[in-house]
Amino acid sequence: MMYLADVGALARKDLRLELRARDTLPAMLLFVLSTLVVFHFVLPSDSSELAAKGLLWVAIVFTALLGLSRAFAAEREQGVIDGLVLAPSDRSAIWLGKALSVLAFLALAEVVALPAFALFFGGIGGPMIAGVVLADIGIAAVGTLLAAMAAASRARELLLPLLFLPLAIPIIVGGVGASVTSDPARYLGFLGLYDALFAIICWASFEYVVTE
Amino acid sequence: MSTWLRNNRLAALAALAFALITASIALVFFYAPVDSDGLNQKIFYFHVGIALTAYACFAWGGWKALRVLWKGDDSADLESYVAIHQGVIFGALTLVTGSIWARYRWGHWWEWHEDQLVLFLVLFLFYAAYFMLRFSVPAGPRRANLSAVYALFGVALVPVSILAIRRHGPNMAGSQFFTFCVSLAAMLTLAATLYHVELAGKRIDVRLRELREALR
Repeated sequence: MMYLADVGALARKDLRLELRARDTLPAMLLFVLSTLVVFHFVLPSDSSELAAKGLLWVAIVFTALLGLSRAFAAEREQGVIDGLVLAPSDRSAIWLGKALSVLAFLALAEVVALPAFALFFGGIGGPMIAGVVLADIGIAAVGTLLAAMAAASRARELLLPLLFLPLAIPIIVGGVGASVTSDPARYLGFLGLYDALFAIICWASFEYVVTE
Repeated sequence: MSTWLRNNRLAALAALAFALITASIALVFFYAPVDSDGLNQKIFYFHVGIALTAYACFAWGGWKALRVLWKGDDSADLESYVAIHQGVIFGALTLVTGSIWARYRWGHWWEWHEDQLVLFLVLFLFYAAYFMLRFSVPAGPRRANLSAVYALFGVALVPVSILAIRRHGPNMAGSQFFTFCVSLAAMLTLAATLYHVELAGKRIDVRLRELREALR
């Protein structure tokens, strides 16, 4: 129970910070909308809806990257991470709290992005939304751990996309499969498997990322 | 004989690798039958052997990474790094040989339908990022931990990618399978030799740096 209380407190801290400073979420919203507009000009006028659905996944992944690169900014600049590591709670709670707040930001960005996509390009079904939800969980889990890793390196924000994109390729395969194929259940199952596997690895290994 | 072997393990391993590679080349060209794809199919023996060797290197690097995190084993960090370095070299060779094969089979240098090639491209990108991570963190226990965690991600990424980019196994006749096994053994021995050579070099490097620090 203590563990869940710690996680809740950490996630609430991030959401409250965002509510007061409004650093990340407006940037993510604006970014995802501009990307959708860019897609309209990228696609030839007679291209199919399927191509637009594929590009939506590009928008989701890059919007997530934008949010993730700021995820540990406050912790690093103000030295908060040392305080959190010294706090008498399990270190994996730091990861879980941060992943939950990242997930919340991503979900809020998509609450705007998906209707905008439906308005601009049309055609969003139930399997696609399920795919987006499952993909968000995987992106938040893996991305949060990699963001902590990148924050510890000299290259910082530059490193995060390099670390994240190869690991995001299975998410994209599953998400695109769930949104365009006639058999989405297989791809949704695959996304669920990915989420479970990587969430366990991240949960178990986060301690080693923030401590020496 | 046995004391010589014990003192010159690396030389013996290198000799074995050389003998096996010679044997596999001879078997590939003079023993294995030419099948319906024609002569260009021969590169398959090297391509698949190299690919499996790359997997073995990544798995070995992942195992050593687990030792770093689990047991706090300091020397395992270097071993994990060297194994992954060898894996990336063999992975690049897989891409090159696969590309050559695709060129003669389908007429293009790149073939998105060839699952093994796509898989190795993803793994190549992943492990290239491993080096970026490693070289942007100052040496020390922090770097060992970060590299080890990322290497463990790689071990999970391999089966997940295989699931995502479905591949089907080749079917081989008996003599083809024997040739394949010899060439796989040759590649594995070669990788083991290169692993030990690089590890010895890197260890000397570390030792030299320590001595320099001590003299200062």
